[in-house]
Amino acid sequence: MLAFLLTLGALLGVVIALAYAERKVAAFMQDRMGPTEAGPQGSLQAVADVLKLLQKEDIVPAAADKGLFKLAPILIFAAVFAGFAVIPFTPDLVPAGIGIGVFYLLAIISLDVVGLLMAGWGSNNKYAMLGAMRSVAQIVSYEIPAGLAILSVVMVCQSLDFQEISYQQGALMNQFPGLEYEMNWLFGIEALGINTTTIGGITTWNIFRAPILLVAFIIYFIASLAESNRAPFDIPEAESELVAGFHVEYSGFRFAVLFLAEYSMMVLVCLVAVVLFLGSWNTPLPNIGPVALAYWTSGTPGEISSILWGIFWLLSKTFILLFLQLQLRWTYPRLRVDQLMHLCWKVLTPVALAVVLIAGIWRLLMI
Amino acid sequence: MNEVKKHTGFGYVVKSLVSGLGLTWRHFKNARNRRTPEYVSDENYFKQPDGMATLKYPYEAIPVPDNGRYRLHNEIDDCIVCDLCAKICPVNCITIESVKATEDIGMTSDGTKKRLYAQVFDIDMAKCCYCGLCTTVCPTDCLTMTPVYDFAEVNIKNMVYHFTDLTPEQAEEKKQLLAKQQEEMAAAKAAALAARKQG
Repeated sequence: MLAFLLTLGALLGVVIALAYAERKVAAFMQDRMGPTEAGPQGSLQAVADVLKLLQKEDIVPAAADKGLFKLAPILIFAAVFAGFAVIPFTPDLVPAGIGIGVFYLLAIISLDVVGLLMAGWGSNNKYAMLGAMRSVAQIVSYEIPAGLAILSVVMVCQSLDFQEISYQQGALMNQFPGLEYEMNWLFGIEALGINTTTIGGITTWNIFRAPILLVAFIIYFIASLAESNRAPFDIPEAESELVAGFHVEYSGFRFAVLFLAEYSMMVLVCLVAVVLFLGSWNTPLPNIGPVALAYWTSGTPGEISSILWGIFWLLSKTFILLFLQLQLRWTYPRLRVDQLMHLCWKVLTPVALAVVLIAGIWRLLMI
Repeated sequence: MNEVKKHTGFGYVVKSLVSGLGLTWRHFKNARNRRTPEYVSDENYFKQPDGMATLKYPYEAIPVPDNGRYRLHNEIDDCIVCDLCAKICPVNCITIESVKATEDIGMTSDGTKKRLYAQVFDIDMAKCCYCGLCTTVCPTDCLTMTPVYDFAEVNIKNMVYHFTDLTPEQAEEKKQLLAKQQEEMAAAKAAALAARKQG
């Protein structure tokens, strides 16, 4: 229960910061100033927006399927929020440390689709319906390359446990029960004979342990943009065509929940990308001989120092990816439906399949 | 003959994607600078391609040109209430009612003698067409156009500007003074006329 409240609180904080960052980053990239009035530099703008939404009338359209309409925002947010349960925030802190975390995450995020369809169908509105159908088609399609990219990580790491995958990507690896005698080699190739187990840092991140995972990371990142309905894959919400997509009929608190779910999804996919590919809560600084940068910047597991360092590194990496998401939104134009499907089925999926194959071979080189 | 060069292929796509990111990044970095609010005639006006272009309007504003025509202002101390402006106004937005002065009421700043009180000097800015004719005919240059252009009102009655320096009571007093003086003059005239008849 405590983990639930802590995660919810932290998530709300991050989402508020992200909503503000989105407006400021968008403004700066377009030579504007963004919010300036509410609070210093407009920093209370997102808070003001939330307060405004909470005061608004809760409108349920007369012709809507009321049960579905009311349930959908809760289901969408619950599906996304449940995904945070298995994310390791520090070496010691996982809200729910289950052994099949990766599998659970993929399964629970797919539930999001049901909520979207409920919202679109329940609204009894053609734009909402079109938006929901586009959204579902897109998410279901992009789960395949994303899933294959994650599969290649799972094959390299030989684990479905996020915490075990995290430990493998740093100098603290041998402290995880079950990994005491594991070794990390440069680029994962034992034949090179360079042992990086105690060097840690960036050299043991998954994208360096098995460089083919860099390709998997790019595939996952593109697919995750599509899964969180972010530009350039935002046809489900295409403002200029569909008003707002599946949430066009929502107002007040229900809209706030959908908005929260959307931004939580962005945070979640970035967290997963960091955990699986970019070394999770591990420091990027390697030990260089007597200069033990990796140990100095990771703390001792079980103590407060490791919690602080772990949170710091995890959040910094996540915010860099989130910034990249924002920048992509204000750089690239929206893809057409056919281009979207072309990219997914004819480009990303075949490449992801090849990556899975190569990752399997790489794993053989690693032992 | 001249075939359009087709830009295709993985390398070209990656290059264009990266250059797009570079463009937005450059603007993001330059957002530390801001354009300065200068008039178009300023030398610097066209030399600021970078930085945020937003003008925080109520706090900052681009200066207006010197010969711009905006809100009217009447310096009532300099006004001789000649009514020329009300006569030339094409939209009849100036209303003037004058009262003759009974005593000496001073000079304007350019040395013209004032002989009339302005009991009413109203300009309806909602009707004004900003032609500037009234300022050209004004003999004492007391009616001018100011650089103020932001004077919207919620109630349209507030768009009528009152420039008179007399309160209604003072105006009434001046009127009675004038009536009294005229009465006295008429009486004196009648007396003089009667005296001539007798004589």
